[in-house]
Amino acid sequence: MIQLQDITKVYPMGKRELTVLRGVNLHIKQGELVAIMGPSGSGKSTMLNLMGCLDTPTSGSYYLEEREVSRLSNGELAQIRAQKIGFVFQTFNLLPHLPALANVELGMRYAGGVDRTKALEALHRVGLSDRANHRPTELSGGEQQRVAIARALVKDPPLVLADEPTGNLDSHSGEEVISILTSLHAEQGITLILITHDANIAHHCQRIIHIKDGQVEREERV
Amino acid sequence: MKKWFEPLASAWVSVATHKLRSFLTILGIVIGVAAVITLMSVGRGASAEILANIESMGSNLITISPGASIGFGGVRGAGGSATTLTIEDAEAIAEQVDYISAVAPFYSSNLQVVVGSENTNSSVIGVTPDYMPVNNLEIAYGSFFTEYDYQRGAKVAVLGSNVKEELFGDAEPIGQQMRMGSIIVRVIGVLESKGGMMRGSSDDAIYIPLTAMQQTVAQPRTAQGERVVSYVTLTVSDEEQTEYVIAEITSLLRSRHQLGALDNDDFSITSMEEIASTLSEASATLTLLLGAIAAISLLVGGIGVMNIMLVSVLERTREIGIRKALGARERDIWIQFLVEAAFLTLAGGIIGVIVGWGVSYLVSSMGLMPTVVSADIVILAVSVSVGIGLFFGFYPAWNASRLNPIEALRSE
Repeated sequence: MIQLQDITKVYPMGKRELTVLRGVNLHIKQGELVAIMGPSGSGKSTMLNLMGCLDTPTSGSYYLEEREVSRLSNGELAQIRAQKIGFVFQTFNLLPHLPALANVELGMRYAGGVDRTKALEALHRVGLSDRANHRPTELSGGEQQRVAIARALVKDPPLVLADEPTGNLDSHSGEEVISILTSLHAEQGITLILITHDANIAHHCQRIIHIKDGQVEREERV
Repeated sequence: MKKWFEPLASAWVSVATHKLRSFLTILGIVIGVAAVITLMSVGRGASAEILANIESMGSNLITISPGASIGFGGVRGAGGSATTLTIEDAEAIAEQVDYISAVAPFYSSNLQVVVGSENTNSSVIGVTPDYMPVNNLEIAYGSFFTEYDYQRGAKVAVLGSNVKEELFGDAEPIGQQMRMGSIIVRVIGVLESKGGMMRGSSDDAIYIPLTAMQQTVAQPRTAQGERVVSYVTLTVSDEEQTEYVIAEITSLLRSRHQLGALDNDDFSITSMEEIASTLSEASATLTLLLGAIAAISLLVGGIGVMNIMLVSVLERTREIGIRKALGARERDIWIQFLVEAAFLTLAGGIIGVIVGWGVSYLVSSMGLMPTVVSADIVILAVSVSVGIGLFFGFYPAWNASRLNPIEALRSE
């Protein structure tokens, strides 16, 4: 599913350069549930952005479903994001002026077209059928994140990337969100990669990848 | 269809979310479009009125003034000072030039007119019976004088509507006597008002037979002993032949006035047709000028739209990042913001048309000025406002589409 080969990422910082990733090699199989852990600034978010086709590496190759995508144009990357990748963010990133249902529909908008029935179904799967017409400000943090999960999953992407999905939630809501994510993973066979600081959450996953200083430090099987 | 509906729907949501800001954004367009509609309608109204005035005087009318050509504008005001045109000239024209339906020479003078205690200085015009049809005058009540009255120099008068109002108010004027210089005349008719804003309107004059006029005003004579008139008006029977008629009259008058080949004409001929085209050209220029001034305010409105769109892009950076993460291509973002700008300015344009229409209706119903709102200007104003949205939305939309998704997601 995902193969990273010697990925480096260097950001220009004025006259100096900031090397964030220094030769990352990683292989993730179809249907895996993987946690990425590491201290702040270790490069795990950059890695997730690369895997999500939001960014391209400075060097190295990235194969997504056997296709080399590290040298594609912005438009082609956008197509891949639309078709293949669902994002769940720490800060939910819902559009505040749209009701929950419209936010979920937005997940399909660039992926071939909006289908209201599917959007309602996705809301149902995260247990928010009765909140379809609520705006994000009228929802709790946990509910907002569940709407965001519905938005990520509504287009049935093969790959879902979650960047600290429980980082802004209390422990109860966090557990709820993780249990929804893991059960969706189990039911739908999607590949789910999530970044977390929480070892308890990481232990829900099949594999934990530890990142340090822009490199894979070690992997552990759960 | 769907491809356009979705950006439109999100444009609507974004407009509805920022109601006040959207309103302020389009205010410039509303004012600009309203100004275009109002000013153009005033300009068009003025042209329409001028043309209607000319139509009411008869577009087949030709006026011969004494003196060298002084061009339009001075014809009625400054004319009459030269004494080169005579009744005999008019008679010769009637006899010798083809395509003429009637010739009406007249002599005008300002006289003190007294009715009872009312006393006014009025323009008194000595005319022939043909003057009425030639100048498209109509009798409101009473009658115009006849050929017989003219021949015997009957002391009768026909009043313009304003003069009647001034001298008699609501009283019945027919049969009343009025003193005019050294003679006393009897009122036999009142003319239909022609309205209009031209000087020397028939509404302000008193008409008496030229033969009666000669009894109170010393009508000058030329060296040859011919009786001088102020103007000669005539109508052509076939408007196609206006130019031919003018040429014929010119050569006839030149020979009657014994002008040499090198002498300038001592008269000038103006056709209503010519005046009409000069006037409509002038009013078209005026309309264009008014429109241009209004268009500047529309341009300023457009710059306002661009300003707000730039702010809006900045403020919605995160939204753009989210959309990009969800798979929006640069083109999708670009179209979204462009549609939003066009939607805003279209709304502004439509509101502006309604406001402009209302204002021009008010202007004309309050009697300030006649106005004509025409469909072409409405369509033009609305499409220009959409064009402004597209033009001034282009750069902000392009800016939005070029945002880096990661940085956009990180922004607050």
